[in-house]
Parts: sequence; structure tokens; C-alpha cells
Amino acid sequence: MNTASRRPAPSAPVPVSTAANRPDHLLLYRRMLLVRRFEEKCVELYSAGKIRGFLHLYIGEEAVAVGVLDHLGPEDAVVATYRDHGQALARGVPAGPIMAEMFGKAEGVCRGRGGSMHLFHAPTRFYGGNGIVGGGLPLAVGLALADRMQGRDRVTVCFFGEGAMAEGEFHESINLAALWHLPVLFLCENNLYAMGTALDRSESETNLAVKAASYEVPAWSCDGMDVLAVWEAAHRAVELVRSGGGPVFLEAKTFRFRAHSMYDPDRYRTKEEIEHWRERDPLLLMRERLASDGVADEVLSGFEDDVAAEIDAAVAFGDAGTDEPVESLLTFVTSTEVTS
Amino acid sequence: MSTAVETETTYREVIREAMREAMRRDDRVFLMGEDVGRYGGGFGVSLGLLEEFGDERVRDAPLSESGFVGAGIGAALGGMRPIVEVMTVNFVMLAMDQIVNTAAALLHMSGGQFAVPVVIRMTTGGGRQLAAQHSHSLENWFAHVPGLRVLAPATIADARGMLWPALQDPDPVIIVEHGSLYNAKGPTPDLSVPVDIDRAAVRRTGDDITVVTYGGSLGLVTDAADRLAAEGIDVEVIDLRVLRPLDDATLMESVRRTHRAVVVDEGWRTGGLSAEVSARIAEQCFYDLDAPVGRVCAAEVPIPYAQHLEKAALPDADRVVAAVHEAVGGGG
Repeated sequence: MNTASRRPAPSAPVPVSTAANRPDHLLLYRRMLLVRRFEEKCVELYSAGKIRGFLHLYIGEEAVAVGVLDHLGPEDAVVATYRDHGQALARGVPAGPIMAEMFGKAEGVCRGRGGSMHLFHAPTRFYGGNGIVGGGLPLAVGLALADRMQGRDRVTVCFFGEGAMAEGEFHESINLAALWHLPVLFLCENNLYAMGTALDRSESETNLAVKAASYEVPAWSCDGMDVLAVWEAAHRAVELVRSGGGPVFLEAKTFRFRAHSMYDPDRYRTKEEIEHWRERDPLLLMRERLASDGVADEVLSGFEDDVAAEIDAAVAFGDAGTDEPVESLLTFVTSTEVTS
Repeated sequence: MSTAVETETTYREVIREAMREAMRRDDRVFLMGEDVGRYGGGFGVSLGLLEEFGDERVRDAPLSESGFVGAGIGAALGGMRPIVEVMTVNFVMLAMDQIVNTAAALLHMSGGQFAVPVVIRMTTGGGRQLAAQHSHSLENWFAHVPGLRVLAPATIADARGMLWPALQDPDPVIIVEHGSLYNAKGPTPDLSVPVDIDRAAVRRTGDDITVVTYGGSLGLVTDAADRLAAEGIDVEVIDLRVLRPLDDATLMESVRRTHRAVVVDEGWRTGGLSAEVSARIAEQCFYDLDAPVGRVCAAEVPIPYAQHLEKAALPDADRVVAAVHEAVGGGG
């Protein structure tokens, strides 16, 4: 039994949710639509050669980031994966600078240094796009540790895929967070394939919540295709973390409709499997829900128009972007100029 | 020169004192690592700090190098000023991803948005019969990486004085402490003398040859210089102190004057710091040289346990003397 570092939960403040206690269906749908249409545009721009490098699409997984991040306030932090466009947009990182980043422009969120995999945005405390599977988890623990040590009532949400749960960093990080009772929401996006390797071919325990729970962390799973299910599960998780309950693990069972990246021929999944999941397309499910709510078709088509305009504006912003001067190549290697 | 017996201290004690001072001066500073608290540090450096600062600020971490080094990086991003201690440079290999792919890259990758003010301390070097997984000098791995500053305190004054400026650096700083130095004794440093983390130091002036070294090898180079002085060979000794960024100006000024150079590095020769220093001398001082740049490095072998074999693998004063003879004799 660890005694020195395991302390009782800090005296619990009144749980604060920045989201309302009921989900705003229209808002969640509109955010998912923005992510979907944004990424469809990315595919087009990739084919046109305007976006280069690796491009990992979130299409099919929109409900996860949208459902989770609705619960965060501006002071909270997000640690993202390389499949980060949806996470960034759902966090409120503006679409124009994201697009400009993918175009490699000075007006990009990272001034063209990061690209698709490495979106960072200080104003929304979006700690990026990590290209190393599992690499963001220790970082999230440290961010939460800093909050704890400085007495701040903040939550850090750390996204990672199920593939990261085979990495040592998962075990090291969740152990540390549990041991030190840190306010981290470990958010596993289980899309069943770590690049091309299926979950049951890479992990002996495929029940991920069971795996996480062995660290004495409250852990549960939710339907990652249903944004309302994600919203409810994340609501409970974020409240628990924020109220001083220590880390929580939440698995969202989801699926990417597209290949791992634009380079991936997707030989390891069957058409039937993909089609089966497409029947549970998160946008489709939410449209059905909105119809049963009695939302008129015109409202939804109005959303399409709004989102299209927003994406057009983002592309225009990227197109109008400028190249960083080559003379600035070594800028940002260190905070101060170093000559040698 | 020491003026009073009671002012004698050790390398270990001054690092502890530097950490104590930093934690008193700045609430954001805390120490985290394996056995830094109750045990008092793998090498006894942090003994007593837990009692003074408590377990929030002297934080025993589980055996999770990647996890707690990464947590230090995250805490730095979150506004803290962590000192992360890793027991040896060999163990830091388990945290290389966090140091190279995150700490060193984040500021650039984020377009200048996220600096990482973390200090990571570790023991390096051999000579204590600890064999191939506790004895290596891998600091050149860090010196290879843009975005990191790498410090190697070789003296008690540097061990005492480098930590505070390292904590003021907005970017990640690696401090490598040679394990054989912890018991080194010397006068208590004069705290009114500022310690920089930018420049190499000329530890001994001389006109005949420049011997460049750092960290744990400074002592044997000094011994060699004493012996060579008795022969009438006047050695200038340069302690790099800062392994990245290298202080070319101090190095080249010396070599241009002495026209000869030997680099002494406990790391391996192939792809090591000695290779980098030699190449820079060749690039910048080729026409000033009267002899090829010599090198004294560890043998290209995982460091063995047996005392005589380990001794044979590591640089010593004899080899430095021989390398200087070759450079001086070879140049005519």
C-alpha cells in the first residue's frame, strides 16, 4: 500500500459542468457535420496536392471528440493524437488556421511547422497532435499534476487509440495518474485497428475497460457512434474527474470509415465490416434522432449551407496564406536564438 | 584555494544545496524521480529534501522513466519548473521518446506556442565497476538534438551554480553528472560569482596544445597536464561545460593559438562528441593546425565489470599524455 503519495481526494468542490446538464442536439450535430465536411474537403485537397504528408481522417469517429469536448471549459486542456482534425475542431480551434497549417502556411496554427498530425493551439489549451502512439499520455499526466500542485480545478482530456494501450506509456501514465490522484480523463478511441492490426491480434485483454480498471481507475465503455451516448458517458466522467475523483478511463467504441491514412490501401478490413459500421454512421444516427425530435429538414439543410460556407472560408484563408520566409527556418528551435 | 577547513564540501552536497535553494526561491520548482524522496536519491543527492519540502515537492516516482519524464514535461507546460532526476543515463534510454520527440520538438512543432522549461538530471559515466548497463556516457545522444541544452558540470562550482540558470531557461535542459564526481571534495563555491550555461571554460592556460574535455574526464586531463608540464609541455585545458550548444569561440581561439588539439571524451569515439569537436576544429582551424586532432575515448565495447578490463576501456591520464606526445612530436 502506497502511503506517502496517495492522498485522499481534495475536499470536493461543487461539481461544475461547463456544458448544460442536457445535450444540445442541434449543436452536437452541427459540430459533427463540420468535422465530416471539413475532412471530406481535406481528401479533395490532398488529391489536388495542396495537402501533403500524412493525412489521418476522423471520418466515422466524429461523435467521440464532439461528445466529449462539449464538457470542457476554456481552462481545461486537451492532449490529442495524430488523427487530430476532429479533436481540434471540436475543441474550437478555428478551421481557417487548421487548413492553413495543412497548406504549410505562416497563418497556420503552428506556422506550417506541424502539419496535419501536429495541430497545437495555445488559446484553447490544445496540446496537440502527437505523432507517437502513446506519447501524449505522460504529457497529460504532467499537465494534470501541474494543475493539482497549483490548486487549479481543471480537467485534462487525453485522447489515444486502442493501439496505445499496448504501449508502456499507457500503463506508466495511468498508474501515475491513479497513484497521484490526478484529474485526467483517459479517453480511448477504440476503432478496432491499430493501423492494420486488429485489437484481438495485438492485445491479450480486449476488454479495454477491464484492462484500465486494474489500475484502480473507474473505467467504462460507451457507444462511440452515438454522440448522445458519448455525451452522457463523458458527462459523468468529466464530472467525476473535476470533482476530485482522480483519473477516469472512458472507452468509446468507434470505427474509422476511411483507411488509416491516405497511403493505406486498407487490405486488412472487409467491405462487409466497413459497411456494417457505416450503417451506424454517427451523423446518420443523429439525423434520425433530430427527425424524431421534430427538427425540420430545412434546419438540417441550413446547417449544410452554413458548414459549407465555413469550410469555403477556411480554404480561402489557407489559400490566402503566405509562406514562412526560409530565413525563419531555425526560429522556434529554442526560445532564444542559439548560434552554435 | 580553500581558506578554511569548514568550507570544504562535496559535489553531491552542492547539487543538493542548489536544489534546496531553487525550491526555496521558487514555489514552482519540484523534484521528481526514482527514489528521490524516502531513499534520498539513488546516489544520495536528494537526502533530506523530502523532510524539508514534503512529498508533493519531492516526489518519489515509480519505475516508469518514460512516464515520469513525460509527466515532468507536461508539468513544465502546465506552469511548473520540474527537476526530473533519472538514476543513470542508461535508464534515460527508456525516456528518449519523451525527451526527443516531445520536449525537444514541441516548441518548434507548435510554431513557438509551447516552450518546455524542464530540467532533467542524471548520472553518467563509468569507473565504478557497474558494467554495461550503468556505466556508459551517452550524453552525446542529447547533444545531437536541436532544442535541448546539455550541461556537464565538472567542478563543484558548476554543480552548485548551473541548476538555477538551467531552471530559468525556457527550454529543456539536460544535466549530466559523472558518477565518480559525487564524492569529490572542494571548497564551498563563492555564490557571488555568476555561473553561466553558455560558455566553455579554460581550466588551465597553456601555449603548446589544447586538450578539450568535459565532465568526469577533467580530473584525469588535469593530472596529465601536470605530468606534461614537468616535461616542459604547456597544456591548455578546456572544459566544454555546455555540450549543446557548443562554444566554438572559446575552442577555436585556443586552438588558433596552440595549433594542436586533443579531445578527451569518455563516450565512444564513433559518432561521439569527440567526433563533433574534432570536425569543428577541422572546419574552422584547419590551416592553424600543426598536427592532426587527437582523440582519447572509451574503447568501443560495452563497459565490462572486471576492474582491469573496465580500466582498460576508459580514458586515463597515461593515454592523454601519449596522445599529447603524438600531437606535439608529430607536428615537429
